Amino acid sequence: MIVTTNRHASQREIVPATKSLARVSSIGARSFLLEAPGDFDLIAQRRIWALSQTVKGWPDLAENIPGMTNLLVIFKETPEDPDAVVARLLEAWENARSIDLKGKTIEIPVHYGGEYATDLPALCDLSGLSDREVVRIHHEATYRVFALGSAPGFGYLHGLDPRIYMPRKTVPSLKMPKGCVTIGGMQTGVAMLTGPNGWNSIGFAALEMFDPTSPTPAMMAPGDTVRFLPAGIEL
Amino acid sequence: MIEIIESGPFNTVQDLGRPGYRDIGVSASGAMDPLAVRIGNILVGNDENAAAIEVQTFPFSLRFEQRVVFAVTGADGNPHLNGSELLPWCAYLAEPGQVLELKQPPRLARAYISIGGGLDIPVVMGSRSTSLRGGFGGNAGRPLAKGDRIAVGEDAEIAMLPASGLAVVEPAVALRDVFPAPVGGALPIRALPAGEHDLFAGDGEGFWSQTWRISSRSDRTGYRLSGEPIKPTASIEMRSHGVVPGVIQVPPGGEPIVQMSDANTAGGYPKIAGVIECDLWRLGQAHIGARLKFVRSTHAEAHKVEQAVAGYVEDVRQTSRMVKRALRVMA
Repeated sequence: MIVTTNRHASQREIVPATKSLARVSSIGARSFLLEAPGDFDLIAQRRIWALSQTVKGWPDLAENIPGMTNLLVIFKETPEDPDAVVARLLEAWENARSIDLKGKTIEIPVHYGGEYATDLPALCDLSGLSDREVVRIHHEATYRVFALGSAPGFGYLHGLDPRIYMPRKTVPSLKMPKGCVTIGGMQTGVAMLTGPNGWNSIGFAALEMFDPTSPTPAMMAPGDTVRFLPAGIEL
Repeated sequence: MIEIIESGPFNTVQDLGRPGYRDIGVSASGAMDPLAVRIGNILVGNDENAAAIEVQTFPFSLRFEQRVVFAVTGADGNPHLNGSELLPWCAYLAEPGQVLELKQPPRLARAYISIGGGLDIPVVMGSRSTSLRGGFGGNAGRPLAKGDRIAVGEDAEIAMLPASGLAVVEPAVALRDVFPAPVGGALPIRALPAGEHDLFAGDGEGFWSQTWRISSRSDRTGYRLSGEPIKPTASIEMRSHGVVPGVIQVPPGGEPIVQMSDANTAGGYPKIAGVIECDLWRLGQAHIGARLKFVRSTHAEAHKVEQAVAGYVEDVRQTSRMVKRALRVMA
């Protein structure tokens, strides 16, 4: 019989974040999330990519999912000793040498403003910038695909100018159309599915970026460079 | 072939899921009660991962156009063949033209129909599961509808079944020692504290101590829970990270969401806890309005439960193989 009374579980597996130490926490019993310490930048992400390559060689690993300066690792079975897993992950992180993924360059034509840019006025209010400036700042930057997730083929892009950072919405849009070009906090991307979305839309891109029947279903991959080309500006 | 005669809006083709593509944003999908699919497939002589029909809106009925072995698992009652009530968790032989009808099971939320030979449906990215969000896989990426016809794979050896069928002791009974019964009407669901648990300070205890109710805004993607809202002590803008089914996220409103089979692959809401993987099928069988309570667990406990489940599945596999072999010899 397994005891299931409500008691305090060991929290030794939770390593607090400090400036120098990565933090490892768990989701369920088989998944562990390693979060890089320090800034949200390409330096940290390159080490995450390196760590991802290291753990791919572990025989007990089922999947690993790079996020934004973090890595989720899923084991095939629940490890009996989570402390050993945490130690193994932290050691791999300490040994991870920065690598750069040589990606391709993707150009995405964007129609800025217009009916899809539902959150552009709010972004102007928050940033104190004009709509024209917001659009210019967004398309002049060069972005790197840090990770994919959330929806099939959706790429999380790094490189957003801090002047146009905008927090996720408290109440998500219920039916944001696929193709909306969005900002979520310090990240930007293109919505891949029509549905609930907490990010802020400033434009629209018609490019198809996911095909489940293709051997490489997602157009974007970590390491790719993305440029947004203004195909139209309607302000 | 089978033909769908009647179906509600959310019944789909599911196997054990499409793992391995979360890193490109594709949810694993798969049955909400994978244990029921594994047992159903073993009973009809399929590979455990063969595609089955997941019925979660009742009534549902289909007509068999050929002679097949089938089993209804997951449910705790109410399957009928040509009007006669059948046992769930039992393999039967159907003759061409016979109609299988599933009425609402008494307590559980989802029933699975496994058919010998499996559903002959194209494999997309390693699975036959329907990805409703992505609109691919399964039955053309959409739920089943009246008039749909689905091919059945070849059943190399239609099992020699006794006229009364071949039944198995269902998991809720066979594994009652490792899956405790509801306490005061609330289903105990075991979970481990997750990354932002401590951010909830005193409300964290409220999360574990109160009884939550599964709200009507719940589906295969996630269960929204109604109860006394819990709030973090600070609002933080998190970096997006991978998530898996079972993660319990708390959006600003304070009512937790448990991600289920069609879970998002990435998230940014604070995570208070994560349901242990071996308890997910019980949550998958809890219906809207059901009450549940989270129980703090450990990796060691989760490991033990996983081993007990693996032992049960192996036992069913061995025993059904032996019984079929014996029946073949007798015939």
